[in-house]
Amino acid sequence: MVELKNVSKVFNEGTVNENRAIESTNLKVETDDFITIIGSNGAGKTTLFNLISGNIFPSEGYIAINQKDVTKVPEYKRAKNLGRIFQNTTLGTAGQMTIEDNMIIALTKGFKGLRRSLTNKKREIFKEHLKHLDMGLEDRLKDNVGLLSGGQRQAMTLLMMVLSKPDLILLDEHTAALDPKNAQIILDLTVKYIHEYDLTTMMITHNMKQAIEYGNRLLMMDKGEIILDVKGEEKKNLTVEILIEKFHNIRKKSFENDEILLS
Amino acid sequence: MIEGILVEGLVYGLMVLGVFITFRVLDFPDLTVDGSFPLGAAIMAVMLVNNINPFLALLVVFAAGVAAGAVTAIIHNKLKVPNLLAGILTMTMLYSINIRILNNRANMPLLKTETMINKVVDMTEGILPESIAILLLFVIIIAVFKILLDLFFHTDLGLTLGAMGGNEQMVITQGVNPELLKIIGVGLSNGLVALSGAFAAQYLGFADVNMGIGIVITGLASVMIGEFLFHSSKISMLTLRVLLGAILFKGIMYAGRYYGYYINMTPNDLKLITGILIILSLIISKAKKGVR
Repeated sequence: MVELKNVSKVFNEGTVNENRAIESTNLKVETDDFITIIGSNGAGKTTLFNLISGNIFPSEGYIAINQKDVTKVPEYKRAKNLGRIFQNTTLGTAGQMTIEDNMIIALTKGFKGLRRSLTNKKREIFKEHLKHLDMGLEDRLKDNVGLLSGGQRQAMTLLMMVLSKPDLILLDEHTAALDPKNAQIILDLTVKYIHEYDLTTMMITHNMKQAIEYGNRLLMMDKGEIILDVKGEEKKNLTVEILIEKFHNIRKKSFENDEILLS
Repeated sequence: MIEGILVEGLVYGLMVLGVFITFRVLDFPDLTVDGSFPLGAAIMAVMLVNNINPFLALLVVFAAGVAAGAVTAIIHNKLKVPNLLAGILTMTMLYSINIRILNNRANMPLLKTETMINKVVDMTEGILPESIAILLLFVIIIAVFKILLDLFFHTDLGLTLGAMGGNEQMVITQGVNPELLKIIGVGLSNGLVALSGAFAAQYLGFADVNMGIGIVITGLASVMIGEFLFHSSKISMLTLRVLLGAILFKGIMYAGRYYGYYINMTPNDLKLITGILIILSLIISKAKKGVR
């Protein structure tokens, strides 16, 4: 599905501010993988997503999606097979536009022509989808998205993403900005959609328990490298203690980031 | 008098619609307008003097405006230049181009030339007074453009353009090239501005390379005045608001020109007044936000 070969990303190369965000990383994501990614701040998780989505290009190496070389393909072209959700709940939707206008833009990927796709038939379909979110949005098609809460906006972003039928979805701590109750609602919805639409998923999370509980594969990143890749049976038997132990053995140092343990 | 204000407001309203698209919908402050307005005027004047069909001339004017806007967007996209600078670059280059279009002159009178306005006045002679005929002509022309624009913003492309100003990342996520959208949006805006210039030249009876100086600011002032009139998120209401703002602005300028002498004002002070109007609008809308 996605293949990274020897990918490195260096910011401000050759200056005092040089930052080796990703160090010669190799990764093969299989179809229908549900990968959770953990790592402290600055470990390179978001940079990894930026490289896969094409938001930035690698300094070295090769990236392929569906066996096609996309190393230099711009973000908007890759977006046709890709869905991405950010921590910032306002990035997935246009706040100054109505719910129905947002959804019609999301319905088909790629260049939009001079058709008027927003018909009453489409509105019925949107209502049906929105009803399943159980947030009362089905009666608010003509409301501006800016009026919705963070949880509602993120739920809409999720729905809009699956409507556009991606193969691979990148979730960048997409529940981190929400209160615990809404975070759980969004996470449950995410898992439901992943099964319903057979989505290959990569999910960054700050919560170690969550990373262990969800998915079939777990990546741990540190200082721009993937230092741990657990899958299959081993993943199923993982606990927080085992994970910390493993990190300690690899890096020969204690886990310094309290944030991950506490959450 | 009142007809004059209305007609001027409508003629310039087309330009204000263009300014509204770039400044408000696309969030791309575009200064090309100061060059594309006289560009439209110059092309129209030359074509009318050479007896070319006015409808064909309008098409050429629109295409030239679109091209001017596209140049600005491409400079911004490809050379990663800030949009303000890209607009100033195109505007400056257009000054020379406009003089070339006017046959190396700065001005071209249309007093003895058959324009669309003369034709309509001739056609309605004896039925309607001249000022009413001209007003009616522009009400129809501007209404057609407003409705076309409203329809455009309901298409998939128009909606995506609307999303672009608020959230570029969303547009990219939906697989649309944001650079292409900017070319389309800024192009469309300047196409309208050039058309406005073409109508202005016919209304004023001449084309002049300097007729665009500061016009983007008058456009912005009109947009802002319109925003005080009423609140809506419907595009048809927003375009209506823009046109009403343009008429209101022309009314204020008219008052300044004719009654300003009571406070020792001359027509030369109008640009100062325009700037102060914008600053006042900014202060008021900021105070309003503070209350909310």
